[in-house]
Amino acid sequence: MSLELEITLNGKKVAAEVEERTLLVHFIRDVAGLKGTNIGCDTTSCGACTVLLDGRSVKSCTLLAAQAEGRQVTTIEGLSPEAGDGSDPAASERMHPVQRAFHENHGLQCGYCTPGMVLAIASLIDEAEPGTLDEEAIRLGLEGNLCRCTGYHNIVAAALAAARQTGAARR
Amino acid sequence: MSILGNRVLRREDPKFLTVGGTYVGDIPIEGALHASFVRSSLAHGRIESVDLEEAVAAPGVVAVYTAADLGLAPLAPMGLLNQEMKRPLLAEGVVRYVGEPIALILAESPAAAVDAAEAVIVDYEPLEAVVDPSQALEGGVLLFPEAGTNVVFDLSSEEDPELFSGCEVVVSQRIVNQRLAPCPLEVRSAAAEMVEGRLRFYASTQGAHGVKDELCSALGLPPEQVHVISPDVGGGFGAKGGPYVEELLIGWCARETGRPVRWTESRSESMLGLGHGRAQIQQVTIGGTRSGRIEAYRLSILQDSGGYADVGAVLPFLTRQMTPGVYDIERVEFHSRSVLTNTMPTVAYRGAGRPEATAAIERAVDCFAAAAGLDPAEVRRANFIPKASFPHTTAMGTEYDSGDYEKAFDLALEMAGYDELRAEQERRRQRGDRCQLGIGLSSYVEITAPVSGGEFGAVEVRPDGKVIVRTGTSPHGQGHATAWSMIVAEQMGVPLEQIEVIHGDTDIVPRGGGTGGSRSLQLGGSAVHKAAVDVVERARRLAADELEANPDDIVLDRSLGLFHVAGTPAITKSWAELGAASLEREGEPLAAETDFEHPGSTFPFGTHVAVVEIDTETGQTRLVRHIAVDDAGRIMNPLLAEGQVHGGVAQGAAQALLEEFVYDTEGNPLTTNLADYSFISAAELPSFETAFTETPTSRNPLGSKGIGESGTIGSTPAVHNAVVDALAHLGVRHVDMPATPERVWRAIREAKGAA
Ligand code: FES
Ligand code: FES
Repeated sequence: MSLELEITLNGKKVAAEVEERTLLVHFIRDVAGLKGTNIGCDTTSCGACTVLLDGRSVKSCTLLAAQAEGRQVTTIEGLSPEAGDGSDPAASERMHPVQRAFHENHGLQCGYCTPGMVLAIASLIDEAEPGTLDEEAIRLGLEGNLCRCTGYHNIVAAALAAARQTGAARR
Repeated sequence: MSILGNRVLRREDPKFLTVGGTYVGDIPIEGALHASFVRSSLAHGRIESVDLEEAVAAPGVVAVYTAADLGLAPLAPMGLLNQEMKRPLLAEGVVRYVGEPIALILAESPAAAVDAAEAVIVDYEPLEAVVDPSQALEGGVLLFPEAGTNVVFDLSSEEDPELFSGCEVVVSQRIVNQRLAPCPLEVRSAAAEMVEGRLRFYASTQGAHGVKDELCSALGLPPEQVHVISPDVGGGFGAKGGPYVEELLIGWCARETGRPVRWTESRSESMLGLGHGRAQIQQVTIGGTRSGRIEAYRLSILQDSGGYADVGAVLPFLTRQMTPGVYDIERVEFHSRSVLTNTMPTVAYRGAGRPEATAAIERAVDCFAAAAGLDPAEVRRANFIPKASFPHTTAMGTEYDSGDYEKAFDLALEMAGYDELRAEQERRRQRGDRCQLGIGLSSYVEITAPVSGGEFGAVEVRPDGKVIVRTGTSPHGQGHATAWSMIVAEQMGVPLEQIEVIHGDTDIVPRGGGTGGSRSLQLGGSAVHKAAVDVVERARRLAADELEANPDDIVLDRSLGLFHVAGTPAITKSWAELGAASLEREGEPLAAETDFEHPGSTFPFGTHVAVVEIDTETGQTRLVRHIAVDDAGRIMNPLLAEGQVHGGVAQGAAQALLEEFVYDTEGNPLTTNLADYSFISAAELPSFETAFTETPTSRNPLGSKGIGESGTIGSTPAVHNAVVDALAHLGVRHVDMPATPERVWRAIREAKGAA
C-alpha cells in the first residue's frame, strides 16, 4: 500500500508517494535525498538517525514517515542553513551554537554520530529549564546516542559549552 | 612561532557539522543494483542443498549466485599461517560459523534483495560445533579435516621447568581476554561500477590501496584496471583494515553484470560479518622476591581465530613482542597457539594483540603484589626499565626506542592523588561501607607502526599558491587533514587555509599503507614532512634563478611564506610566483614526492589510574575517575591527541566493564545487535583526566610516536585492576572481564563463602 505524504523538511514542503511502511529516516535519505542523517543500527539503539520533529529530537528510524505528515522535520542540513555546507569559512561562522561548540571542543572524529548528537543536544538544551543542565544530566540525556570515537568526553564538553551560552547550564 | 604542538581546531569539521560526511552509502550511483547475502544460520554443517528457485523468481531480482557460479580461487591465509585453511568467497560445501555468506542476491531495490535472501532455503547436515578454543586445540572437531588440526599459528616452545626456581613468591592466574565487537558506528558498505572498462570501487576502509591490492588478487585483475576510492569513513578501529569477502564480491558483481552494484549491511548483519577482536585465553605465571622484585614471567595464550585464518590468528605475534611490558624482567617466556573455532573470524581491533599483552602483565603484577602483600604502585616502581637504559632490548628481543616510565607514572599518581585515594579506601573498608572504592593502575608500553612498510607523501605548489598534499594514509576520524596541513604549514610558511590534503583515491595517490597500528603520523606525517622539506629546497633553487642569486643565499621567511636573498628582504618571491615559474622554466609543477622508509617501530608508554566504586550488595560497578598520562613522543596537536586518548579509554573501559560478544555452546551468537551488545554510552562514563609527557623518539623527524591505540591499551587493565582492588579486602583475587554486576556480585559471594 502506498500513500501520499507531505512533510515540511528544513522549512521546505516535500511531497511524495511512498510505501506505507516507509520509515521517516528513509524518507529523509532516499526520497528527499538528504544524506546528513545516518543509520547506525536496526534496534533503535544508536541515535545516529536523530532529527527534530516539531523542534523535539526523535530517532527517525523509530517513526513511520506517515507519522510526520504535515509536521516540521529539521535535519542537520537545516539546523543553520545560513552556515552553508562547510566549504566557506565565513559562512561557517554562522553555525548554530551547538555546531560551533562541537568544532571548538573537538566533539567529533569520524562524524558518523555527529548529526544525531548535535540535534539531540540542541533539543536537550532547548527543553532544559534555565540554569539546570549539568554534566550528569547531559550524560543521561545522551544515553541513546552512541559514539565509538570520542569517548563522549568532548561531546559532553561541547554540550556544556553550548548550554552555558544559552543559559541552560547549571550556574 | 611554531604551529606544531598547538591546539589547532579541525579543518574538516564544518562539513561534518553542517551537511554531514559523505560515506559510501551516501554516494549517488545511477541505476545501481542492490546486493544482499544469504548467511549461514548454523555454526558448523555440510551444505546439502541451496534452493534458490523462489529467490530467482522474486520480483526485482536480477541475479543469484552461489560458490559454484564464481569461478574464483579461495583466499589463502597470510604467509605465517596454516596454508591448508583457505577461505572460499562464498561457502563451499561446508559452513564454519553463523553468518558465513552462502549466496548473493542482486536486485533492483534493497528491500527486494533482502526479501529474496529470506526466500532462499539452505539444507544443512549439522556437524558438531567447537566454540571453546581449549576444545578446539584438542582437535576432536576439525574445521578443516584435511589439515588434521585446528591450529593456525603456533608460537609455542618447550617450557623451561626452572623458570621460576629461586623465586620467593610465585602466582599463576588464568585470564580471559574476551571477544569484542568493534562496532564502528558506520557499518560496512561498498559500491562498484565499471567506468570506461575499469572497476571503480567505493570502500569504507582504513586503506584504499590495500583494498585495491586484494581486489586485484582475488578477481585476477591488473592494477591499472582497478580504481579504489574511500570517501569519509565512519570509524574503523582495525576492523576495516582490509576488504571482507562481501566487498570483494561486490567488485566481482559489477564486472559480471556490467551494472553498478551497491551494498550496505544492517547492524545485525554487521555483528556477524565485521570481524571480532581480542578473544585470547591467557595463563600467566609471575615470580620474584618477597620485597617486590620480579624475576620471571611466563605468558601462555590461546588465540581464538574464529572460523577462518584471518588477521586475528596472527596477532599473538604482536602480543609476544610486548610480553614483559614496561618491566625489566630477566627471565621471560611466551607461548601461543591460534586455533580455529566455529565463530566469527577475529581481526584487528584497536590495539590488536598489544592490549592483550598489557592486560596480562598488568593483572599479573597486581596478583604478584597481592601475594607479596605489597602496594601495586611500589611493585611497579621497583621494576620499571630505567630511563638510562634506552634504547632497551627486552628478553623477547624487542628494541624499545625511548622511554621515561617513572615520569609518566609519577605524574599519573600525582594527578590521581594516589595516597589520598588509598586513605579513603581504607576508611571505607574500616567502616564496612556498602560502596567500596577500587584503585587500579596500569603502566604500559606499546608498539606503534608495528608492521613494516613505508609511506607515500607528496606536496605540490599550484601557480595560484595553493598547496596540494597527497598522503597514502587514510583517516577515518583522526584528523589527518588538519595535522598534515600543520606539518606542511610549519615547513613552508603558508597558511593552513591554503593547503588541501588528498587521501583515499588510488588514481590520485599512487601508493599507500593506510591507517592502522597507529602508524599514520610517524610514517605518513613524516613522509609529508619530508616532501615539504624537499619542495622548500626546490623552491629555493628556483628563487635563486629568479632573483639571480646563489641558492645558498636564499632564505625562506616562514612568517610570511616569502623567499628573498639574505639581507635584502624587500625583494621577494612568493610560493605562487615560484609555482608559476616552475611551470614556465621547467615545464613541470613545483612539487616533491617521497617514500618515507619504515625506520623501525616506536614504543609509546604511559600510566593510567582508574577509580571505581562498587556497590557490594548489587555488584554494580561505576568508573568514577580515569586518569591517563600518555607519552607518544612529540605531540603534534594536543587537541587531536587527547581525542584519540578519550576514545581509546572509553573503548578500553568498555572491555573491562561491559562489552562481550557471546556465543552459546552450539555456536549461536547471542549478542547480535546493539540492543543486546553492551556498547558503552555517555551515561556509563565520567569525563577523563588526561596529560602527556613527551619523550621524543629518534626514529622519525617529527619525534612522534603513535597515539591512536594507547588509550585502549592503558585503560582496560587499569579499570580491571580497580575492580579487583575494590574487593581485595573481601578476599577476591580475580574477576574476569567484563566485570558485570552479576560477575562482581558472584565473586563477592564466593569470597564470603570461602572466608
Ligand atoms: S539508526 Fe535510529 S537509533 Fe540507530
Ligand atoms: S565521531 Fe565517530 S561515532 Fe562519534
